[in-house]
Amino acid sequence: MGLMNSNSRANVLMFKKLMVFSLVMFVFGYALVPFYEKFCEVTGINNLLQPDVLTKDNWVDEARWVTIEFDANIRGLPWQFKPLQSSARIHPGEPITVMYEITNSSNREIAGQAIPSYSPRFLEKHLKKFECFCFTKQVLKANETRQMPVQFVIEPGLPADVDTVTISYTFFELPDGGNTAKK
Amino acid sequence: MAAVHGDAHGHGHDDHHPSGIMRWVRTTNHKDIGTMYLWFSFTMFLVGGFLAMGIRAELYQPGIQILEPELFNQFTTLHGLIMVFGAIMPAFVGFANWQVPLMIGAPDMAFARMNNWSFWLLPVAGTLLVSSFFVPGGAAAGGWTFYPPLSTQGGLGVDLMIFSVHILGASSIMGSINIITTILNMRAPGMTLMKMPMFVWTWLITAYLLVLVMPVLAGVVTMLLTDRHFGTSFFNAAGGGDPVMFQHIFWFFGHPEVYIMILPAFGIVSEIIPTFSRKPLFGYSSMVYATASIAILSCVVWAHHMFTAGMPTVGQLFFMYATMLIAVPTGVKVFNWTATMWRGSMSFETPMLFAIGFIFLFVIGGFSGVICAIVPIDIQVQDTYYVIAHFHYVLVSGALFSLFAGVYYWLPKWTGHMYSETLGKWHFWLSMFFFNLTFFVQHFLGLAGMPRRIPDYNIQFADFNMISSIGAFGFGLTQLLFLYIVINCIRGGEKAPQMPWDGATTLEWTHLPSPAPYHSFETPPIVK
Repeated sequence: MGLMNSNSRANVLMFKKLMVFSLVMFVFGYALVPFYEKFCEVTGINNLLQPDVLTKDNWVDEARWVTIEFDANIRGLPWQFKPLQSSARIHPGEPITVMYEITNSSNREIAGQAIPSYSPRFLEKHLKKFECFCFTKQVLKANETRQMPVQFVIEPGLPADVDTVTISYTFFELPDGGNTAKK
Repeated sequence: MAAVHGDAHGHGHDDHHPSGIMRWVRTTNHKDIGTMYLWFSFTMFLVGGFLAMGIRAELYQPGIQILEPELFNQFTTLHGLIMVFGAIMPAFVGFANWQVPLMIGAPDMAFARMNNWSFWLLPVAGTLLVSSFFVPGGAAAGGWTFYPPLSTQGGLGVDLMIFSVHILGASSIMGSINIITTILNMRAPGMTLMKMPMFVWTWLITAYLLVLVMPVLAGVVTMLLTDRHFGTSFFNAAGGGDPVMFQHIFWFFGHPEVYIMILPAFGIVSEIIPTFSRKPLFGYSSMVYATASIAILSCVVWAHHMFTAGMPTVGQLFFMYATMLIAVPTGVKVFNWTATMWRGSMSFETPMLFAIGFIFLFVIGGFSGVICAIVPIDIQVQDTYYVIAHFHYVLVSGALFSLFAGVYYWLPKWTGHMYSETLGKWHFWLSMFFFNLTFFVQHFLGLAGMPRRIPDYNIQFADFNMISSIGAFGFGLTQLLFLYIVINCIRGGEKAPQMPWDGATTLEWTHLPSPAPYHSFETPPIVK
């Protein structure tokens, strides 16, 4: 290369520093994952899968009725999944428990995870869930059937023009029993 | 084919070097490597351009005529990937290889052997990308941003794309380390940082951005790969992951990437405008600070690509205002270029035409960028042709025009011949006309609601799409003229003097003959 001048040691030092910096940035890319989750948790942006606590000033708005529709879906695993009631009519602020039933109709043990989805989208802000089968993975043995509760309150702060809401769950299969999944 | 002879390790004499194909395979000379970078990027530009022609041919009329939707999606995806990673980025690295040592008075790049390796990774990555069209399932088709879940579900083509991005990232990181070390350690005596040419400054800052964000891109595609094949769930909702998180990490890379593709363009234009205005660059130090400000700001605006992905209002406001703030240092630059031309004794050779075309059209792209930064408007135009028009104004008439300007400007120094000024001007005016024909009407299409990445459209969009397609075919053909001009210039033509441009002041013009000798500045020049 003919470049063995007095610069070469300084160059090698610079090379090492910049390589270390690149590696740090590679690790930083991975560090963004827990950082992102923590950020969402602290700011409450994405806490669909954690239990909520009810605020102390909750009250029941008996002058108002809200219809809740329950929906259940399966994505790519041999289960049956349904709510035991298709809808409910409640006053905002009133706690309610709804049962869902899943059946593993295959001959093997399968782990699944339910992901909630709400309509309208801002329902999430007014929905306080204390218990849900979606907080943990569900492992069903071959041909096992299980009934699971969801317990929640829709806060009276729900905008007045909303009289019907939909709560939907979709079960996804967790690969290799959910051992490598993070939750 | 070419005989593998003539490599006698003859480093003893300046004018002796290996010939035949092994010269190119084994070369560690910054000029050879720069040339290879430029030819590689031009080849990829033609491949990406071919894909663009396919896209525009399909969109020439409503209905499905040429490309089935699956193939159309592969075309749009690979067009983006190839143009960004294969054409624009390597072209600027090619310029850095050629020009940085010449402009700072260094004999070569700091790590000449690694330089060779960073180049030769590129054809491998390019081949992987192009060959992905021919594997079962075809190439990646989820857009150049490869969002999950499409990218976690696609076939072998997605894996090839991931490997290709890994390789391109490694090449970029090595290239940047080389450039930073060369600039910081190997400047000629007397050349302080604030005496460096603007092109060198912009590349120094760009190279820092590259080592900052390319590793993050490597990380995010690795996560994608392990999600696809090794059971992790970074982005898989069923496993507790979050597809929106991909967008955040991707754009943490992706937005600085936008400036990686435009800062060296600013540098090239900042060399050309003073030369052909025969005046020093107005506001040199403010140019340096503006470049650094743009680079820093570019790291905190990424979520403006995601206003519709779900974000609290506070977040939207922050990213909106931060994005609009970038218009300030960019405005400083445009003002400085204009002030440089003010009362200069200007002449309008091809490099100057492309540089002025750059300023004119880049400002249009910059303004549509500010419009897109406004949240309520962005929610309207997200994923429409308005966004397509916006980023083609900054990437084609911005980055690409500056590359053309730079090629015409430095061709006399590289080849020792003058290019044909008449044909160069034809190239400029045809490019200018067809570019605007292609992309200006896309603003209207986008505002009217035509979505991007869809092979068919409502007949209300038919006329503008036909105009746009005609413009695109014209623009594509015009670039073959560019190829002809460059080849002609390499093979002969009027002999170029050492200083073909009156106003040039940088070292390659003041100290080196044309063509620049194979080995230059072995004894560094003294900069006063």
